[in-house]
Amino acid sequence: MFTDKLKQDVRFIEGLKACINCGTCTAICPAAQFYNYDPRQIADTVQNGNDTEIEQLLKSDTIWYCGECLSCKTRCPRDNTPGYIVQALRSLSIKEGYYLLSEKGRQQLEIKRRVGDIMLKYGYCVYVDEIETGYHPEQGPIWDWYRANTESILKKLGANYKGSGAGTLRKIDKADMDELHKIFEETGAMEQFKKLEEEGHE
Amino acid sequence: MNDAGKKRYWKEYQKNIANDDYYYARSCIRQNFFPGSEETFLKILRETLGKNVFDDPHQTTCTGIAYHSSIVPQQTTMTVVARQFSLMNEAGYKNFIPSCVTSFGIYSEMMETWGHFPETMEKTKEHLKAATGRDFKLPENIVHTSDIIYKFRNIIAAKAKYKLINKATGKPLNVVDHIGCHYAKIFPEKGLGGAEYPVVLSGMIETWGGKVVDYPERRHCCGFGFRQYIVKENRGYSLSNSKKKFDSMEPYKPDFIVANCPGCSYFMDRWQYTIAEMEGKTYDENGYGIPVLTYEEMAGLVLGFDPWKMGMQLHQVSVEPLLDKMGIVYAPADKYKDVNGKDLGKPLQPNNLKCY
Repeated sequence: MFTDKLKQDVRFIEGLKACINCGTCTAICPAAQFYNYDPRQIADTVQNGNDTEIEQLLKSDTIWYCGECLSCKTRCPRDNTPGYIVQALRSLSIKEGYYLLSEKGRQQLEIKRRVGDIMLKYGYCVYVDEIETGYHPEQGPIWDWYRANTESILKKLGANYKGSGAGTLRKIDKADMDELHKIFEETGAMEQFKKLEEEGHE
Repeated sequence: MNDAGKKRYWKEYQKNIANDDYYYARSCIRQNFFPGSEETFLKILRETLGKNVFDDPHQTTCTGIAYHSSIVPQQTTMTVVARQFSLMNEAGYKNFIPSCVTSFGIYSEMMETWGHFPETMEKTKEHLKAATGRDFKLPENIVHTSDIIYKFRNIIAAKAKYKLINKATGKPLNVVDHIGCHYAKIFPEKGLGGAEYPVVLSGMIETWGGKVVDYPERRHCCGFGFRQYIVKENRGYSLSNSKKKFDSMEPYKPDFIVANCPGCSYFMDRWQYTIAEMEGKTYDENGYGIPVLTYEEMAGLVLGFDPWKMGMQLHQVSVEPLLDKMGIVYAPADKYKDVNGKDLGKPLQPNNLKCY
């Protein structure tokens, strides 16, 4: 059942050709070095097609550990891409609601608010006005200085901060933002955002 | 490095880079964290190289960060990418140059997927038409912006005011290059030199007088990891990966790091500050850390641009030790002044990391 659903995602088809279980992906994987994470096992599990095991994977933290650096794509001697398989597993986990059963999966709501809402508000995936050192202490005192003097600093650098027309950090026109919103509605992103908000509250 | 191997790989990985008339696709991360770098790039292309670049106000995020964090469906990203191409078509350009390595990977991946699964292209066309009324054609040439600087590195060298050489000793500076995972790891044939022997940054460094540091974790990820950085609780992943690289490069005493990807530049700058504050550890001998430059900043310094007009005061790791090594003439007091010379006050000093 799950294999059929995964096969509807082209990333799954692209990512899993024939895994020989050599473990090269795990050897090169940055996530495997810092988490209890093994992309070889993920490829093996989906290749075996056992529904119970795939369901366990969809409900687990495991599929959320990948950093999507795609080092695995470069190295696999059989042209598999565990990173793509993980993308397909994550999408299915959200569709089935299984992401709510893992701590890492539940973080999707946080990401939707930190990245998704910013894209819809500004047309950028991050925006200087919304980043503060409370949530991002690694930004350091230089960021507080930048935030306190954003306009003056950006003027010196020749940026077009919040201005109309082209340039660094320009304000994106309403007509362009409308097109972005319509694309999000047409392609299911809005629906997914709504789902993450509604299910995240429950 | 094994030069014979390098030459063999290089033969296979020739890449076509358009000569002029570029459609510039800006980077969200670069604009926010290195806001002087994109203006520096445009200045180099237009004023130093005499090229035509179109900077389109209508473009938006490519959604790359959201896509790799699994909050938007693939069709959303495909359709936004198609809209960017449609804007390029409308402006009359064929050479698409993204400023962000994540975006470069996104554009390349979507185009590859459309090629392997034509039904996804048809779906994207339908979505774009329904949402915006637009059609689109693919670019004839798509390269990362750093590829352009690489292509014209010799012209830049001929016009250079400074070299990547220690003025006091006359020796080449030791430079760590970091090309960013999505530049060549997803599609090695799309990166100059492939994933094994990428030359996009090392070519610039060597042409401009520096020496490239070949250290064990040279190809390791900076640790962005998308959701691994965005969510505060996951950020140890990101920090640990950068630390692995710093620990590995430290014995080679790099004079600076240059990165291709705006995210990597940001992480390698800020994680040095974080490690200094958490553990009291810095990766240079004097407690300032290793300066981290964008490739635009590196090119700009070589050409004699004012570091404070390129935004280098926004790095947490001070760049002055590098400026001094290169013998660059700059005004230290202008660092924290606005465009009219008004003093903006100084940022607070970190507890452990020394700053100018």
